[in-house]
Amino acid sequence: MPSRTVSHGSSGRLRGLFLVMVLVFLEGSVFTLAVASSDQRSPTTAHSGGHKATDHGSHNNTGKAFPVLDLNYENVRVPFEISLWVLLASLMKLGFHLVPHLSNIVPESCLLIVVGLLVGGIIRGTGETVPPVLDSKLFFYILLPPIILDAGYFLPIRPFMENLGTILIFAVVGTLWNAFFVGGLLYGVCQIGTESTSILSRIGLLQCLLFGSIISAVDPVAVLAVFEEIHINELLHILVFGESLLNDAVTVVLYHLFEEFSGIGSVTLLKGFLGVISFFVVALGGVLVGVLYGILAAFTSRFTSHTRVIEPLFVFLYSYMAYLSAEIFHLSGIMALIACGAVMRPYVEANISHKSHTTIKYFLKMWSSVSETLIFIFLGVATVAGPHDWNWTFVTVTVILCLVARVIGVVGLTFIINKFRIVKLTTKDQFIIAYGGLRGAIAFSLGFLLEKEHFPEREIFLTAIITVIFFTVFVQGMTIKPLVELLAVKKKQEAKRSINEEIHTQFLDHLLTGIEDICGHYGHHHWKDKLNRFNKKYVKKCLIAGERSKEPQLIAFYHKMEMKQAIQLVESGGGIKMPSAVPSTVSMQNIQPRPPTKPAAERAIPQLSKNKEEEIRKILRTNLQRTRQRLRSYNRHTLVADPYEDGLSDLLLKKQKMFQIEKKLKEMNTYLTVPAPPPDSPTMCRARLASDPQAYSIKPASNKVPMIQVDLASPQSPDSVNLLDEFGQANQQEEEEQGLMMKPPSRPREAKKPGEEDEAKDQQKLMRCLSDPGPSADEDEDGAFLP
Amino acid sequence: MGASQTRPEHNYDDLTDKSGFSQEQIKNLYQRFQQLSGNNEKISRDDLERIPALNNNPIRKQIITAFFDKRNQHQNDVGSLDEIGFEQFLMVMSHFRPVNSTATEEEKASVRKQKLRFLFNMHDTDNDGIITLDEYRTVVEELLSQSGAIETEVARAIADAAMLEVASTNVPHMAPDDFYEGITFEHFEQILKGIEMESRMYIRFLDMNTATMRCGKLSS
Repeated sequence: MPSRTVSHGSSGRLRGLFLVMVLVFLEGSVFTLAVASSDQRSPTTAHSGGHKATDHGSHNNTGKAFPVLDLNYENVRVPFEISLWVLLASLMKLGFHLVPHLSNIVPESCLLIVVGLLVGGIIRGTGETVPPVLDSKLFFYILLPPIILDAGYFLPIRPFMENLGTILIFAVVGTLWNAFFVGGLLYGVCQIGTESTSILSRIGLLQCLLFGSIISAVDPVAVLAVFEEIHINELLHILVFGESLLNDAVTVVLYHLFEEFSGIGSVTLLKGFLGVISFFVVALGGVLVGVLYGILAAFTSRFTSHTRVIEPLFVFLYSYMAYLSAEIFHLSGIMALIACGAVMRPYVEANISHKSHTTIKYFLKMWSSVSETLIFIFLGVATVAGPHDWNWTFVTVTVILCLVARVIGVVGLTFIINKFRIVKLTTKDQFIIAYGGLRGAIAFSLGFLLEKEHFPEREIFLTAIITVIFFTVFVQGMTIKPLVELLAVKKKQEAKRSINEEIHTQFLDHLLTGIEDICGHYGHHHWKDKLNRFNKKYVKKCLIAGERSKEPQLIAFYHKMEMKQAIQLVESGGGIKMPSAVPSTVSMQNIQPRPPTKPAAERAIPQLSKNKEEEIRKILRTNLQRTRQRLRSYNRHTLVADPYEDGLSDLLLKKQKMFQIEKKLKEMNTYLTVPAPPPDSPTMCRARLASDPQAYSIKPASNKVPMIQVDLASPQSPDSVNLLDEFGQANQQEEEEQGLMMKPPSRPREAKKPGEEDEAKDQQKLMRCLSDPGPSADEDEDGAFLP
Repeated sequence: MGASQTRPEHNYDDLTDKSGFSQEQIKNLYQRFQQLSGNNEKISRDDLERIPALNNNPIRKQIITAFFDKRNQHQNDVGSLDEIGFEQFLMVMSHFRPVNSTATEEEKASVRKQKLRFLFNMHDTDNDGIITLDEYRTVVEELLSQSGAIETEVARAIADAAMLEVASTNVPHMAPDDFYEGITFEHFEQILKGIEMESRMYIRFLDMNTATMRCGKLSS
């Protein structure tokens, strides 16, 4: 008892110590930043003074003392500050999770904004000017792309495509409605509700509409940040999230349109018409640019088999170039980025190594996480920085109008959409969609971009934008989680895809396509099927290297599952622990058809006494490290030494070798003194061996540790390596893979030897390759591109 | 000789009740039926096999068989027919109606069961009420048949793995000597719980445009 409290206390003390350290560091960094930002001129003069002094010194030849310790902050100022900010952001993230219960109540985004406010306040409190950190260039070119790329690369394609119509309607029509509603009514309020001398009445209609278009776009960063924590079901998530991504095109067009119009001051019908056209150009152009770069990236990845290390770099570079290229032409950069990521993913993933895949995933997550944190902190700092112009009427009317517009928009659009949907959106769904329309830093940056000359009311706008952002993020962000619980909205299903579901999904697709053909109805499935076939016939051949281009999706899925199983198995250390949720004793043997009854003499398996069985089981349990007596998994894996590293050619070689061994073993069956069980598939034999204690009856008298080769998958799968137990290597290899019960003649042993040695080597390779645990088990984003 | 172009009106009501389609949908389907059957009263297997678009479908045999399967006629009959009339055609099609959004939970459950039953019948070719390992293997092989040279071993491995999964989830504890006969209908329902059949297994019948219907080379 006392020891436990002591340890608990010490861990608590450690935590406290860490928090104190964080706070001290925070203070220090803030101060440095403040000092650094304001001390721009003094160091330079000091420097020049210093130079002159040394100059004189060298001239006079007397020389001052050689500076042993010198202070030169100017050279490292910029990188130093950047690193400090990023470090601050990361430490904050750490700190939140150390404080118990905090992360459950308050979403991270709120906390980060508060931290930003604090930092800004401290800087201001020390009398320095707050640095303008949320610079629009920084935001749009550095902070935003990682988040969007992360979202686009891991976008679940199937639900997205299935709901594309709904998403588009919400994104386009919904945003337009919001913009005009808010802008128009705001103008009306400004004109009517205030005296003619107030500043508000000078805000023109176009300015109001511009403001409306800035404020009405749902922000992907904020949505991601909040929705990630509430785990709602896939449909709602993809609807709100998809909307936030696709409304970028609308926002870009409206913003540029109104910005230009308010500069000119008048609108003609032609200009309006051009605006509509430009919307299509912006949206489709962005997508086109993205697709182009995506195909380039996929094509490049085809040739990277010899330089695996830079594979992730290609993915990042091509995507970033897509974004920047779209921005050159004022196209929608976000849509380009999403299109690029989504298009390149299936092909790139088929080409790159497993480790590169992990690298890409982790880097994207890391960058997007840091970006998100920084964005929220900067929002807080920028709030303190101002300049602000608080106008009660404007701000409150804006907030109210935004809410009202969102609700009306969602309800109205859902009414129309439900006429076309099979799975209708319920009221609960509509509420969540409306409530989840959060605004974020994009709105702020767009407002920040406005020039003061054209928009004298810029500060009013900025204040209002910040207030709306704060309101949505704090109020809506904090309350959405309890509301989701209260309304009992369906949560995300954590179930993994099983192979049965995969088989039947494919079966269903083909079935529905067939029925459509019989009906003569060219519907969804028909076109999807055509696209799939086109993809398989032409595109995959171009963009995927080697053999994988011909792999049908079912088999790819199966291999992926096997790999995952294998990694899980090794991670869990084998043995008794069953990682799966359903421990069961069913093994391959149970499902194989019973052989036809044979005369009793032919039964190959002698009965063991219970004692011997127990003994053997105990030996296995204690000595063998990588085996399981009853595999609950659906198959037995034999692992290859990092197959994705060495390419498929090695796999195929190994596979062939296995085949040859199998063939030889089958022939060996006939040489046995006791007839073996009827020639079943090798899977079956393997299964019987590994699961059946009677298999170990081969050594009734010997005390040697039986050598087991645990095969974790049927040998025919290309991902096969024999996982050898290092323990029993010295022992005979009698009990090999075919469950031959009696002592076979020496012939099989010889035939097996070359194979065995090779397998021993594989064992070493296996250890090395599996030292990296790889991505987490939750890989539901690895859905197929064209299911 | 020669089919009447329009069926007598009273038959439509009958069919509407039985199949659940609306009058317009039945009319559209009847037109399609006429096209497929070459204006005869009945469709045979050859008529369906002649549809060119089906050639790319890996499971076309199963689909065509399903139309002639008596079990899909809601009548507790077994066996298969050689030809089907319009009513039977409609009954098979009715499995693909989308579920009404106003339906209650029980109705949805029964629709779901019906659709799952259709799928089950497609797999269970010998009609013994269970899908045995061989039948399942055939299913997987057919699915992969169009994908080029796939060794049968891989297909079998997948089928075995799937079967094992079904067995593990439904009958977790089996002694080593027990034999899992096959997938019964209840097990089938259980493993496909994750797929929402009632909303996935449907065709949008309403916008069937007869102008786009092409039977291809159904000459004469």
